[in-house]
Amino acid sequence: MTVKDFTKPAAMAIPKEGYFELKNGRYGVLYPRTPANYGFTIIAKVKAGREPAVREYGKKIENTIADLPEALEVLKLHYLRWVLFNIGGDTYFMYQGIFDTDFDKYTEDAVALFGKYGINTVFENLEGFPEDWKTNAPAFVKFVREHQCPSFLEYGEYPYVTADEIKKALKLKAAFSAMLDQMQ
Amino acid sequence: MVELEDIQHFLVSRTPAMAARYEFLSFPDPRVGRAWLSAMLEKVGSAHAVGSGAPDSRWVTIGFTWNGLRALGVDDEPLATFPEEFRQGMAARAEMLGTTGKNSPEHWIGGLTSSDLHAIVVLFARDVAERERCALEHARFVKECGVTVLSSLDLAAIPPFDHAHEHFGYRDRLSEPPVEGSGYEPTPGAGPLIKAGEFFLGYPDQSDLTPALPKPERLTRNGSYIAYLRLQQHVGRFRDFLKENGETQEEQELVAAKLMGRWRSGAPLVLAPDKDDPEIASDRKRSNNFNYGEMDPLGYACPLGAHIRRMNPRDTAHNIERRRMIRRGGTYGPALPEDAPEDGVERGVAAFVGCASLARQFEFAMNVWTNDPEFHELKNERDPMFGTQDGTFDFTIPKRPIKRKITSLPAFTTVRGGAYFFLPGIRGLRFLANGAKA
Repeated sequence: MTVKDFTKPAAMAIPKEGYFELKNGRYGVLYPRTPANYGFTIIAKVKAGREPAVREYGKKIENTIADLPEALEVLKLHYLRWVLFNIGGDTYFMYQGIFDTDFDKYTEDAVALFGKYGINTVFENLEGFPEDWKTNAPAFVKFVREHQCPSFLEYGEYPYVTADEIKKALKLKAAFSAMLDQMQ
Repeated sequence: MVELEDIQHFLVSRTPAMAARYEFLSFPDPRVGRAWLSAMLEKVGSAHAVGSGAPDSRWVTIGFTWNGLRALGVDDEPLATFPEEFRQGMAARAEMLGTTGKNSPEHWIGGLTSSDLHAIVVLFARDVAERERCALEHARFVKECGVTVLSSLDLAAIPPFDHAHEHFGYRDRLSEPPVEGSGYEPTPGAGPLIKAGEFFLGYPDQSDLTPALPKPERLTRNGSYIAYLRLQQHVGRFRDFLKENGETQEEQELVAAKLMGRWRSGAPLVLAPDKDDPEIASDRKRSNNFNYGEMDPLGYACPLGAHIRRMNPRDTAHNIERRRMIRRGGTYGPALPEDAPEDGVERGVAAFVGCASLARQFEFAMNVWTNDPEFHELKNERDPMFGTQDGTFDFTIPKRPIKRKITSLPAFTTVRGGAYFFLPGIRGLRFLANGAKA
């Protein structure tokens, strides 16, 4: 096992293909874990006139998480960034996620979860999204892969640290502070 | 309604078999395969027939590889509609499954990696005498037809015969997913009924939708996929390990229980954390009536990496109903007597995992639950019982005040073979026997 040192910031330049060595998961090639963990950047064209619908989903996700803070727990996310931008007269949607699990390992869980909280439905506003995604995980993954733009550089100030480890460390810090308070 | 009269009995009924034989077959040409299948068809029991009739003495199941479907004359166009993992076969997926090193297909035996592997016939028999009678009869018949037997494996229960168990001594057959419409009475803790579409093609699954069937429908409706694994058990090594890691008999039993998540009696650690309680194991109302999230979140009773906690994380995994599998199989090779040194004779379990999607169910279980070192944030562990172990992984036993970590875990098992098969329904078998043309 390689010990990854979280105290030492690290950067990784990634080949054009998005991986160093071709290794397949259940649904296709696996992308490597970098100092910024796993993640993807999906860029896809929004169907004409659907930009407002896509924006509305931002609000929908906000409300979902306010009501159910654990809703996306399975994805082991650090951050999500959703961006809309124009090229010429077309609108594009960029979905950037940074997370701790190899997406391919939990594809079906992610698809089920996306279905449950409407993220898939936002995908239905994108050109080329498979209509049978609900019963066809391989088609869903194919869409993600075809629209994935792999990073060529990733950096971590505290590399390879998972969201769970960060949460545990913060809880420990809080518990320790509480303990010190009790000893006053 | 689940069409029990059209589904092969294999994944629905647990037969009272004490012996079994698996034969791995190759058809030199389609006519030979069809002639063999036409005669064998009447011996295959449906889930309805096996569940209701007079007591049988033997039960026959037939499955085909993707190459086997082609060898029986299924056309390329429908063949291409089968899922990619089935088309590729298990050996081609070995790296992703984690069956590497000594477990890798280059070491597999019995012709299972050959593209000539076309079919499996599974015979379950009430006893060894019945198995021998059927084996002789079948040997005569395959010779007559011209079917090639690539290899075969004889299985039999090992003593003591009063309960099912494998060579390490762990009680077996303690849990079964409760499939809706199969007539199975769920026991406490078994979880909610699971939709038939998780195991049989052509039914709604847990998404409430019915996935598209591979073509032609006459072949695939009421079918299932099964993943076969032949797993050698290194009994001497396992017993030595227990002695090295426990000074007293009690300590050794506790280490054995921690690896599995159940005592060898079958009592789950969550319900019997400090001391074995064999009565729990034989009480179907109690043997599965536990969870992890509420009853043992940190693994002080059942370690996070224990075999049963990996294979069914119960309430601590998302979407668990979409990962369930039905297991069948038995032990092969002679039992190694207590206190006898390792004799070098191959013994183990040869088992099948049945499901509707090899990728979503079996391959996920192998890739993540069995062989992912990062599972449950454990960082450097694999399934202690049948993950691919090469002496570089650990096993952590949570314990107050500090955990116990066993390093350099040896391999207690070695994968000696594996393959993916499609189990057609009875109409599907007939379709193949009649020429496989839509």
